[in-house]
Amino acid sequence: MEDAGNIKESLKRIDDNIWEIPIGSKPGMNVPGRIYLSDKLIHDLEPEALDQVANVAMLPGIQKYSMAMPDAHLGYGFPIGGVAAFDEEEGVISPGGVGFDINCGVRLIRSNLTVEDVRPVMKELTDKLFQAVPAGVGSKSRIRASESELDDIFLHGSRWAVENGYGVEADLEHCEGGGCIKGGDTRHISAKARKRGRPQAGTLGSGNHFLEAQYIDKIYDQEVADNFGLEEGQVTFMIHCGSRGTGHQICTDHLRTISQAAKKYKIALPDKQLACAPAQSDEAQNYFRSMICAANYAWNNRQIITHWTREIISEVFRSDIDELGLDLVYDVAHNVAKLEEHNVDGKKKNVYVHRKGATRAFPPGHKDVPQAYRDVGQPVLIPGSMGTASFVLHGAEASMDISFGSACHGAGRVMSRAHAKKEFYGEDIKSELEKSGIIVRAAHPSMIAEEAPSVYKSSSDVVNVVHDLGIARKVARMMPLGVVKG
Amino acid sequence: MQFPDLKYEYLEHTADAKFKAYGKTMEEAFENAAVAMFNVMINTSKVDCKHTEEIKLTAPDIDDLLVDWLSELLFLFEVDFIAFGEFKVESITQVDSEYTISAHASGEEIDLEKHEIDTEVKAVTYNNLKAEEIPEGFMVQVTVDT
Repeated sequence: MEDAGNIKESLKRIDDNIWEIPIGSKPGMNVPGRIYLSDKLIHDLEPEALDQVANVAMLPGIQKYSMAMPDAHLGYGFPIGGVAAFDEEEGVISPGGVGFDINCGVRLIRSNLTVEDVRPVMKELTDKLFQAVPAGVGSKSRIRASESELDDIFLHGSRWAVENGYGVEADLEHCEGGGCIKGGDTRHISAKARKRGRPQAGTLGSGNHFLEAQYIDKIYDQEVADNFGLEEGQVTFMIHCGSRGTGHQICTDHLRTISQAAKKYKIALPDKQLACAPAQSDEAQNYFRSMICAANYAWNNRQIITHWTREIISEVFRSDIDELGLDLVYDVAHNVAKLEEHNVDGKKKNVYVHRKGATRAFPPGHKDVPQAYRDVGQPVLIPGSMGTASFVLHGAEASMDISFGSACHGAGRVMSRAHAKKEFYGEDIKSELEKSGIIVRAAHPSMIAEEAPSVYKSSSDVVNVVHDLGIARKVARMMPLGVVKG
Repeated sequence: MQFPDLKYEYLEHTADAKFKAYGKTMEEAFENAAVAMFNVMINTSKVDCKHTEEIKLTAPDIDDLLVDWLSELLFLFEVDFIAFGEFKVESITQVDSEYTISAHASGEEIDLEKHEIDTEVKAVTYNNLKAEEIPEGFMVQVTVDT
């Protein structure tokens, strides 16, 4: 990291929003780096994040480019916003390319409610959601999963919730991968990871995770919005969280094994957090199959929270869930590795795509897009920071050509949490937001300062780059009404 | 650096928390690293040390031992719901390619108000990890995912 100073000078502009770090900018790069940024955003990018893009380019079997999405910022190994695909046979799998919060992701629930219906009861609604959905450090769920239930959750994801009364079949159809990646294996999940997992199914957690009531203030593409069931003035609910302690522990445990494996297979690592093992090695496959379990845990987690959210909305509006039209629009993972088929140099091949703070953005016609959305491409959900706009986009053609079917995942931080706490007081931010009509309830007030709107890049700048590149195109913009935070 | 008065210091990192901890011995540097990490999450000076956990871990190298030590404390924090305020590392020993830490961590049940819960630390990363001897003693550097 200390040697990151000069890398910004080696940056070559390829197109309006495409920048390249040429091979050789750092010794050992196997492919160039590609960063998708506008003129405006390039100035916010730390040189150290570019250095991280170059480091990922050194890993064996990486395909085409080491990529960073427009919300890229400094991570702890891979940059946040990083996308890298590795050959199924010759490549590697790296836990750091997924991160500790495995399948951190976002889901969006629509409603038949309008902003006029909801604004007058927003305080009551936010308070009740805050009570119903456990949030914050050490929060525990009302559900205590037994050991065998935990196995079911690890292997079947959201299906566990739906089969146990926390949702409906349509929720599974409207979710990336049906709310489950097949091929999970619980044999390499430690007792510690299980112990952390049992009490947390149905908890929001802390940090940047949230549950938000929003309303659509702008539609960019009416036809696609109709397809997704979205319209102007409509109220939506967004849930952003991941696999909680069990995911953190699975990553911690396997990083340890994989870093030993990297030595064994003599893989030179520019940073120990990039530890990786040959994709077909036992070490890599044991991690991958455990990661799948954590990803499934996360989908189940968001599904349980969805159910409690629906119950509260139904209670506040004294109407049933069907009448309120509280359907799941979609759910996307933004920290995950998946085996996908992509076109590389004119040939179709299977690659392990690592998305570390990046959202899948499959275009129209792709077989993995649910039937209901196949004509328009998958919904791509981009949460804003607290108090700012979130976006729905739809996956578009260029994603398969230039980003292994990926787009950005959020706004991207520009200010550290520690700096934010010096700069802002949680209570000030809270009352400012309240003045502009946004109710915030947080388990810990300092969390509000850390997540203050100005610590992030503007989500609209980030989304515009994705739109202009044709990776995913804008469909709707949502503004916050009430936020529950950890 | 005003060593040896300085026990630890936080470094700038956009998304995560990064710190250096110092000590006259590696044991002391490990203790101070634990204090630095817990002060990201809570105010350790508000913790009454009513309860002590014994911790003994082994690892193939000193970096792994540092990650394991801090990860173990995070695990106990979450699962047993204990806020730690004091750390005593009795020994760090090396026999062939195995490093062993023997330590105690003291604290009490987490009280969200009293302990001024702050940023949740998700995990300990290997990013820019250091555990080394410096002219003034020992230094460890850690980045934690928050």
